[in-house]
Amino acid sequence: MNDLTQLTIAGLLEGYRTKAFTPQEVMAAFEDRVAATDAAIGAFITRDAESAMAEAGAADPSLPLGGVPIGIKDVINVKGQPCTCGSQILRGYTAPYDATVIARLRAAGAIPYGRLNMDEFAMGSSTENSSVHPTRNPWDTTRIPGGSSGGSAAAVAARQVPASLGSDTGGSIRQPASLCGCVGLKPTYGRVSRYGLVAFASSLDQIGPFARTVEDCALVMNAICGRDPMDSTSLDVPAEDFTRSLGRADLKGVRLGLPKEYFVDGMDARVRASVEAAIARCAELGAEIIDISLPHTEYAVSVYYIIATAEASANLSRFDGVRYGRRAQDPADIMDLYFRSREEGFGNEVKRRIILGTYVLSSGYYDAYYLRAQKVRTLVRRDFADAFEKVDAIVCPTSPDVAFPLGERTGDPLKMYLADIFTIAANLAGICGISVPCGFVEEGGSKLPVGLQFLGKSLDEAGLLGIADTYERASGLRGIAAPI
Amino acid sequence: MAAPNLNVEEVARLARLALTPDEIATFQSQLGRVLEHIDQLSKADIEGIEPTAHANPVFNVIREDFPVEGLKSEDFLVLAPRSANNLLIVPKVIE
Repeated sequence: MNDLTQLTIAGLLEGYRTKAFTPQEVMAAFEDRVAATDAAIGAFITRDAESAMAEAGAADPSLPLGGVPIGIKDVINVKGQPCTCGSQILRGYTAPYDATVIARLRAAGAIPYGRLNMDEFAMGSSTENSSVHPTRNPWDTTRIPGGSSGGSAAAVAARQVPASLGSDTGGSIRQPASLCGCVGLKPTYGRVSRYGLVAFASSLDQIGPFARTVEDCALVMNAICGRDPMDSTSLDVPAEDFTRSLGRADLKGVRLGLPKEYFVDGMDARVRASVEAAIARCAELGAEIIDISLPHTEYAVSVYYIIATAEASANLSRFDGVRYGRRAQDPADIMDLYFRSREEGFGNEVKRRIILGTYVLSSGYYDAYYLRAQKVRTLVRRDFADAFEKVDAIVCPTSPDVAFPLGERTGDPLKMYLADIFTIAANLAGICGISVPCGFVEEGGSKLPVGLQFLGKSLDEAGLLGIADTYERASGLRGIAAPI
Repeated sequence: MAAPNLNVEEVARLARLALTPDEIATFQSQLGRVLEHIDQLSKADIEGIEPTAHANPVFNVIREDFPVEGLKSEDFLVLAPRSANNLLIVPKVIE
């Protein structure tokens, strides 16, 4: 193997078993790759190559992820490393502890590597809201990688890391995976501990993996899941092997629901054609395609932008310039310290969402907005519960569009919010979802990836990964990477 | 549903954010459009529907009552913009 960065996690582990190469050689190959490509992509905010190489030297390749570098979104605490959430308000902050997912990755032998770029506090769908720099799509560097986990998706697509962790509050794993042509899984709410994940919207946030294959996502899931006493919302369910349903040759006996509300006017006709061809492929593989309805889909974006901003306005009140993070110079009094530290530290999208969230929670508007949104959230959940009576999984597009040019939507927040139309409902319902590459749209001389989304019942990640794996092997797109 | 009569300046005060006049004007118009979109929720029939606060019905999670080792105050004080004598320093809050 000439270029070790071509390998998947499964390939790296196989090479370690046969002693074809060492973790140090692998770490060095990925570090060289980042050094050569990241000026063009900007997936990383920072990285500590020296400590990663030292960890590779000490790695135990007999562990489940022994010697595998995994990129980390800059919203997850890694002890001794910066954790800025892409924000100026956390510039200079060094994490004093490991998030539970990091402790679990380390226990499995993996090497947390680098701080991957993101929309500030995970608020955005393009990674243009990072206060550090934008990230560019490795398939066409004039375009956005999606967001908010744009750095995590771009790094995997550009073979800078074999896998990464992101977080998904309304599609922030699945949408960038779709736009960057990699695989991204949002686990069931409560499946993965959020301890050490900087909170955006606590009832929606969930950490999950990006990788180049479904199998690799399953391998990372095996390491990071499980009940954690430090996160009281983590579910007390037995450990399981997420690879157990992989490798099926067909989809015979699988009922896939096709929600009519997910094929809307205004979506890119080329994306629609690509997704419809992929669904036809699932039918050829033996899946039974069943028309279903998720009647409250049209409300999902509105419900989300009330609930997520309300929770964010409360969560972000902790950034007050007192205990950590940025403090304004020479404050006149405590109020001046709060007001100016927050004004100087937060970017525009974060301020917009704090304003909206504070408004919908404020006296006189709470019932009309927040309480009403929570009730409609119940209706969205019921839609899925009803659908899963009839089908094993739902199949639909991940995003209505392919990657758009940088700057195209930055002045129009509503248009940016509507980019999440197909991913948000899964967070409201708490179910799991995955995006896998299903084709390309040619535009301006570039091949832009299209993603296919499968949504599964709560805690049925293994079944979902199995379906996605069978499709992926038949798609001819397994393990693709950007031509950079 | 209430008509969108958002006063950005007033809400910013509640949220402890010092916005510039330009920011106030921009957010007022951008969020006005978002609120217009959100107003579609008034069409939803929510009669008799219970609110959902969390995706999973997990309640009253408790653990055994025994002490566990936590992080030390020194680990956090090094992150503070100002500290002295093992305390965080802020401007005077009581006249």
